[in-house]
Amino acid sequence: MQNTIYQKIWSQRVILNLIFLLLLAAPLFLSDFRLNLLGKFLAFAILAIGLDLLWGYTGVLSLGHGIFFGLGAYCMAMYLKLEATGGGLPDFMAWSGMSELPLIWIPFQYPIVAIILGILLPAIIAFMLGYLTFRNRISGVYFTILSQALVLVVVTLFVGSQNLTGGSSGLTNFNTFFGFSVNSATTQTAFYIITVIVLGLVFFLSRKLVKGRFGKILVGIRDGENRMRFLGYSPSAYKTFIYTLSAAIAGLAGMLFVLQVGIISPTMIGIIPSIEMVLWVALGGRGTLIGPVIGAVLVNAAKTGFSESYPDIWTYFLGLLFVLVVVFLPKGITGLFEKWNDRRKKQDVSSSVEVEKSYS
Amino acid sequence: MRKRNFFYLLILGLLAIFMVACSAADNAANATDPEEAAATEESDSNEESEEDTIKVGILHSLSGTMAISETSVQQAELLAIEEINEDGGVLGKQLEPVIEDGASDWPTFAEKANKLLQQDEVATIFGGWTSASRKAMLPVVEEHNGLLFYPVQYEGMEASPNIFYTGAAPNQQIVPAVDWLLENRGDSFFLLGSDYVFPRTANAAIRAQLDNEGAELVGEEYTPLGHTDYNTVIAKIKNENPDVIFNTLNGDSNVAFFKQLKDAGITSDDITVLSVSVAEEEIKGIGADVIEGHLTSWNYYQTTDTPENEEFVANYQEEYGEDAVTADPIEAGYFGVYLWAQAVEEAGTTDVDEVREAAKGISYEAPNGTVTIDGDNQHVYKTVRIGEVQSDGMISELWQTEEPVKPDPYLDEYDWASDLSESLAE
Repeated sequence: MQNTIYQKIWSQRVILNLIFLLLLAAPLFLSDFRLNLLGKFLAFAILAIGLDLLWGYTGVLSLGHGIFFGLGAYCMAMYLKLEATGGGLPDFMAWSGMSELPLIWIPFQYPIVAIILGILLPAIIAFMLGYLTFRNRISGVYFTILSQALVLVVVTLFVGSQNLTGGSSGLTNFNTFFGFSVNSATTQTAFYIITVIVLGLVFFLSRKLVKGRFGKILVGIRDGENRMRFLGYSPSAYKTFIYTLSAAIAGLAGMLFVLQVGIISPTMIGIIPSIEMVLWVALGGRGTLIGPVIGAVLVNAAKTGFSESYPDIWTYFLGLLFVLVVVFLPKGITGLFEKWNDRRKKQDVSSSVEVEKSYS
Repeated sequence: MRKRNFFYLLILGLLAIFMVACSAADNAANATDPEEAAATEESDSNEESEEDTIKVGILHSLSGTMAISETSVQQAELLAIEEINEDGGVLGKQLEPVIEDGASDWPTFAEKANKLLQQDEVATIFGGWTSASRKAMLPVVEEHNGLLFYPVQYEGMEASPNIFYTGAAPNQQIVPAVDWLLENRGDSFFLLGSDYVFPRTANAAIRAQLDNEGAELVGEEYTPLGHTDYNTVIAKIKNENPDVIFNTLNGDSNVAFFKQLKDAGITSDDITVLSVSVAEEEIKGIGADVIEGHLTSWNYYQTTDTPENEEFVANYQEEYGEDAVTADPIEAGYFGVYLWAQAVEEAGTTDVDEVREAAKGISYEAPNGTVTIDGDNQHVYKTVRIGEVQSDGMISELWQTEEPVKPDPYLDEYDWASDLSESLAE
């Protein structure tokens, strides 16, 4: 028994490492354009891991991760925009009648500050919202509605304050990052490699987090919050922490997104993308970490693939895919394999006893 | 236990297949069949003449909120391509449209423009509608030195060397409209617009213009895109009782605004509304009886009286049905294809730099009259027309400029705009 568990972990790790290496080697055999797309998908995958920690493991459904993604993206975009104008006034501010750089833009002249704020800002907002709601034992559907309301507020604010955010056009037309041209193929490859490494790190650390005692507590909160409370744990503290962490991860993903896509606009952070993010997790299989990564890459690859092949009717294919997965694979793609495993096990009763993973 | 590993192995396998498929697709895209690939490798210099088609990209929103407007522009561009192909193509080659969906989402426009330029290596892109989509595509076409023909009137203050603007610049739509209104309808103005770059910038220019003319600005309101409740705005309008409402609302909001304005008992006899984003297509949605008598400012109407337009409308309706209407952006998309084709013929190649050089000063007899590319800013000379909406949904012309107006995207010709354009000089 001990032996098999050891073997299992060992070989899983080997395969995960192989995937990681394959992703790292992708620049060798993908065209610049496809590599850029894959990089974007992997940025989404990073966000999906954070969302899985929150929803899959802790059972808190947030339909508002678009704004954390957006905050990170906007922080990076503000730096890039200032870099492109050489510290001058961005064009949209001039149209909107501003004459000097507004105060909140000033810190973003410094790339390091922008990067730190891109992670810190979403984390702070998530902490405040999380602290206020979880402490007051607002949970379940009510929290989900709140998170959705937050999206509406932030998007309206971003679209409305055109002089500060570029309004519905968003921020685009960037030039350099730390002095490197952002659009050149070499820099883009470097961004891709950074994305893969960040994805690897986030995945590894999240895995460590949920495999340990901490992860057990999270699952405990998911499956029986009151029991955990009676056992002396403080579910609100754990939930706030995870919510904050997943917002920070979303901010990180947003920054990587902007570097590779070169534009951020409110359409990327609104209600529909926020729901889509949850779909990636659901489709891949929540509470598995690897599932959401697969989900994010697969859904976005399907989106790109369908829309390239059938530009008129691709949305129907995407819709069909969602319906099929939800109806036939309620536990997502990873669930399919679990189910298949179970069936094999029943046929093969002689196999050793296994501790079943529980799902809510 | 082994089965779980199998699962991970399967992912690994799938990933590998995905990547191989992608790179295979890339190769396939670069050379449609292996023999041809061999042939082109042998004679690199003759690569261009080896292919018998020229790929052009078409990038409009076919899904999402903008689809309703952009689909008809796409249809007009396809019609132009079809006509050119029937006439023998460009440089003796057939045009092959590569259609992509911008999905009303600006980052998607950037992604698809990238795909068209890098993957399909199209000679030019026809596409975009909103300013946001143009701004998303701008860095992409500049980076890869591609071409974009953008068919919609917009707020100006832009002149990218990689974009040809076939819609109106502000001095070909907004400025003359304000002049005409001041002369014919009174001098107290109310500005109403959707909250984004076009209305905000347009209204900044109108404010300066009104100020210069000594006219009165009684109110300025912005509502979010897609807003449908105009009762508060209409109450304000009633209060201020302006002579003119200058309307830069976009999309669905127009339907709500005009209905509610009519319900409030305000007709075109009381207050004139002049719209710059309402054309024949939108009137169908608003209802002709609701908007009848109000004004619009464009360069082209379906009723524009030229032989070219008669033919264009007939061909368009034959292709897309009796009920299909043509409108300014549809026409601008249509003649944009012809302008590009003419520039390519002139240059003798699809090379972007040479086409850009050859395009300077090129003229074409478009449905709206003669259009000429201004070499300095890559906008086109166009005739300005003020029109009134009729009960049948058509727009009849009230006034037009005597000859095509020179495009002036930065409003350099106007003293009152000097502050505006100065602040924009980067």
